Amino acid sequence: MSIVKPDMSVNLAGIPLRNPVMTASGTFGYGEEFSEYVNLEAIGAFVTKGLSLKPRAGNPTPRIVETPGGMLNAIGLQNVGIDAFIAKKIPFVRTVNTPCIANFFGDTVDEYAEMTRRLNEIPEVVALEMNISCPNVKQGGIVFGTDPACAASVVAACRAVTQKPLIVKLSPNVTDVVAMARACVDAGADSLSLINTLIGMAIDLKKRRPVLANVTGGFSGPAIKPIALRMVWQVARAVKVPIIGIGGIMNATDALEFILAGATAVQVGTASFINPGAAQTIVEEIEAWMVANGVADIKTLIGALEV
Amino acid sequence: MQFTSMILSNAEISPGYWRMRLTAPQEFAAATPGQFVMVRVNGAIDPLLRRPFAVFDVGVHTPPQSGAVPQVYFEMLYRVVGKGTAMLSALHETDLLDILGPLGTGFDQGNADEEKLIVGGGIGLAPLYLLARELVTRKSPVRLFAGGRTRDDILCITEFERLGVECYTATEDGSLGEQGLVTEALKRRLDALKGKATLYACGPDGMLHAVAKIAAQYGIPCQVSLEGYMACGVGACLGCVAPGKGHSPETPDYRCVCTEGPVFESSDLKWGA
Repeated sequence: MSIVKPDMSVNLAGIPLRNPVMTASGTFGYGEEFSEYVNLEAIGAFVTKGLSLKPRAGNPTPRIVETPGGMLNAIGLQNVGIDAFIAKKIPFVRTVNTPCIANFFGDTVDEYAEMTRRLNEIPEVVALEMNISCPNVKQGGIVFGTDPACAASVVAACRAVTQKPLIVKLSPNVTDVVAMARACVDAGADSLSLINTLIGMAIDLKKRRPVLANVTGGFSGPAIKPIALRMVWQVARAVKVPIIGIGGIMNATDALEFILAGATAVQVGTASFINPGAAQTIVEEIEAWMVANGVADIKTLIGALEV
Repeated sequence: MQFTSMILSNAEISPGYWRMRLTAPQEFAAATPGQFVMVRVNGAIDPLLRRPFAVFDVGVHTPPQSGAVPQVYFEMLYRVVGKGTAMLSALHETDLLDILGPLGTGFDQGNADEEKLIVGGGIGLAPLYLLARELVTRKSPVRLFAGGRTRDDILCITEFERLGVECYTATEDGSLGEQGLVTEALKRRLDALKGKATLYACGPDGMLHAVAKIAAQYGIPCQVSLEGYMACGVGACLGCVAPGKGHSPETPDYRCVCTEGPVFESSDLKWGA
């Protein structure tokens, strides 16, 4: 007997998702930009561009450059700010019957906590994703997500002011991602998403200058997938909270590999730049793969890697 | 919209410069001058990102075979500068490409009675042909000022002339038209018109900056079409921004080239930032 309609639903820290495919922050605007190309109600959830208390104008240009199998970006967290998000972006979010997860960041622990309070009051935001790959301006610019104590303090401060599921997005630019993961979970994270971009750089030989105005940028795309898979696998074995796998997912094969490695859900990032409908296509491909391979319930694949 | 397009022709029109004609859906006929497409060069991951190209022309072609249905097509001009464009130049008739578009905000065509002066440098002519065609259709007087380093950089002048557009050319090495910058001829025309005209420009940054300055000197409106490194073309990556008029390092003011542009009023931008 063959499977007609496989069960693709997963539960992510209390949020029921119709399927495990989400969009990654910074690659999908605030949702509306892609509504012409994607049926937003076909994907599991969408994550907003990283939000801050005040609007951010971002970095000088060039901000992006392509490299073999990937791209570097130094956008500088350009975003409309929380007030404009509520006034101008939420009305669209309200029309979409798909969970909206707000990604956010701050320059200090207090700013992170204030952002959490503000997002906590927005009914359309079902969960919060913290970007901790930002420098702490009050502690000499140390990146929150590269020091376990620093990460724990900012996660705890946010945890204290929201009951909504709190996802912490981990930086791969660390010596021991498992130590970071444990610190965040111990401080109250309900879920971890990984990986954020790897810090990279590109050089223009002719000009003898860096290509990006910011010199360094975040490396993403299919080139980073093996690193992301390894980190998801390591973290999934070490913590009990659900993991969201991110890093170079271009198709259903990539997504399913992350799920086998231990991810409950995945985020599609750079692929949406190339194919605005990538996330929806991946959902359809996963469903077809499940039918073809006799998998009735996707949950049976989570962490099912045989080592 | 996103669609699969078939290449109808792909030819080198001048050393290093290519012209490609592709099929498009019916709705593409509504593309306006200054809009662009994002082309996926192939299905592999290198090159990873789409490439932006201005829409050079849009039209409807009726194949000669009896009973054939008219087909909407568009054309783009491109210069082979890297891996992606080199791959494009190796494609043939009947090859397929994945296209997003038409995208962006194009040129405002203004009042029909005023003279329109179009300035293009090298591959910057790409979005200006459709503009010239539309302006001519609207009975605007149109003149083209085309500049380049050598005669090889002056593209498709015959096409503009066929529209009835008077063309001025200038090359830095004097191999075609006047020797020097085409902005000199532009200034002479503006003097003759006593500064009553609208400017349109696309080309290298230096040329755009010079044209923007001329527009400011003569106090006339000027629209420029910008290029930008972009990943998505739909306003999501925010990679392709350009500094707006209020921009300073302390108070950044960035405009998104792919959605707010690629065409901007030159007075809305910060030049030399």
